[in-house]
Amino acid sequence: MFNSCADPASLEGLSWLLCYLTTGKHMLFYGSFLVVIALMLITAPTALLFGFGGAMAARSHLLPLRWLGKAYTSMVRGIPDIAFFLFVPFALDQGFEYLRHKVKCPDWDTPVRQGNDFVVCAQAKLPLSSSPQWMHEAYGFSLAVLAFAVVFGAFAANVIYGAMQAVPRSQMETAEAYGMSRRQAFWRILVPQMWVFALPGLSNLWMILIKATPLLFLLGVEDIVYWARELGGSKTSAYAYPHPDWRLWYFIGLLAFYLSLTKLSELVLTRLTRRLSHGQATMAGEAQRRTA
Amino acid sequence: MSCLQTIQDYGLRSVGIGERLLPKSDFTLCEQFTLIGSGMIWNIYFGLFALATGFFLATAIAVGKGSQTWLIRKPAEWFIFIFRGSPLFIQFFLAYETFVLLPRAGVEVLGFTVATSWLTKAWAGALLVLFLNTAAYTGEIFYGALRSIPKGDLEAADAYGFSGWHKFRKITWPTMLRLAWPAYTNEAIFLFHATTLVYFSGFPAWRQKGDALYYASYFADKTFNPFIPYPILAGYFIALTLVIVGTFGLINKRLNRHLPQEQRRKIRLRLNLVR
Repeated sequence: MFNSCADPASLEGLSWLLCYLTTGKHMLFYGSFLVVIALMLITAPTALLFGFGGAMAARSHLLPLRWLGKAYTSMVRGIPDIAFFLFVPFALDQGFEYLRHKVKCPDWDTPVRQGNDFVVCAQAKLPLSSSPQWMHEAYGFSLAVLAFAVVFGAFAANVIYGAMQAVPRSQMETAEAYGMSRRQAFWRILVPQMWVFALPGLSNLWMILIKATPLLFLLGVEDIVYWARELGGSKTSAYAYPHPDWRLWYFIGLLAFYLSLTKLSELVLTRLTRRLSHGQATMAGEAQRRTA
Repeated sequence: MSCLQTIQDYGLRSVGIGERLLPKSDFTLCEQFTLIGSGMIWNIYFGLFALATGFFLATAIAVGKGSQTWLIRKPAEWFIFIFRGSPLFIQFFLAYETFVLLPRAGVEVLGFTVATSWLTKAWAGALLVLFLNTAAYTGEIFYGALRSIPKGDLEAADAYGFSGWHKFRKITWPTMLRLAWPAYTNEAIFLFHATTLVYFSGFPAWRQKGDALYYASYFADKTFNPFIPYPILAGYFIALTLVIVGTFGLINKRLNRHLPQEQRRKIRLRLNLVR
């Protein structure tokens, strides 16, 4: 990166370290922090959407839909989330390929599952084997996002369902007295008021999401854990920057990154809670009104 | 090969008893059930021992965090912050890399040589991490319960002449446990779920002796069919969760036995404690 780094063998001390920390691979390492943050920022709204859908299904008046919603919200209770992270991308990938296979190659006559193999025609492969490397990476990343969204959607559905139940009944009765239909009352009264009840649960969920992001590594995405292991492993003198096993230092760096992320989130969420309680028919809102 | 034969060969495979080689092809349903079930031995081992030992450290941590003395309070707060604020996955990696860096021959302490190589094995190293981790989470739960003990209970204890250790053992501690128990049940459930991370986080599965998820992903990788091993794993874990809820429910009943019927706290499963 710098001109002075042209010959690493001649460097000493701090300048060696500076050059070492700015190699191309380290730049990829720093980039992977952005991947992790991107994952969180994309997953959070998607999971919220899944959760909202799940909670609405669980409240539905149609029995099968209600069952579906209840099953979705309770599945995360008994089963480890890591199992989902391993299962969902795998299953989704095969599901997508199977669907494309059915559409694109209708005259394919051998079965898709042959013993221990899953064979679809070449046009149905996702992504196509001819597509560039970045397509493969983007596909892997989006599968990971979907897996996270499915799991955290189930968590969020629990929280949102509870929050919808927690909105005082009198608020809904007032809406009915004003002549609102069920749909109007839901969107104009229930949904705006439920957030303050959902916030403690959702902020907890955000913390859990932060702490679940290193599992990206298990899904084969080149994330911070991958790079920490890659860069930290001992390098012989065949490399430009030889060093012994430094993985411990890299993981201490990751630990510091996560600790600061959770601390920062905690501060922001505390402020947000105070803001959202403003003017609500809750104890916190009442306390704010008194002091104002 | 009959299913009974498979159970004999692979039923204790995860602890190294039975057939040496894992099945390589033509996987039967029975093999998958047996091996994944055999892996559950490790999940139960990690969960049970971490819970049993973590419980006592958690009590100490909770009392420490509630202490008036700065020198005791701060370490407890930092302990909880570090273990609750960072992912368990990273903690596993960090611990493993630390244990690997310890000298092979052992560490000299006061003229004795203390062997360290066993720490790099999952049974000890991962258990240590899980123990510290659950102690931090449980410590926070117990601390919250400690702070919400009714003032009247403690005043009544004073009035009866309880003090010091006696008061803690007979009044404070049981009340704290009673208040914390529903949340602690959730913590136990998620601790058992967290044990599935062990063999995916640096700690090697020596001679393919792994936990349930290790075998489930082995089958999924070999057969390219995730729809059989993972639901089997899910079934085992749902059963385990039900057992935990049942056991903790019994203890909860005992902790609440002196209260009038309508004041008793029911265990409500909440989902806010995944790590």
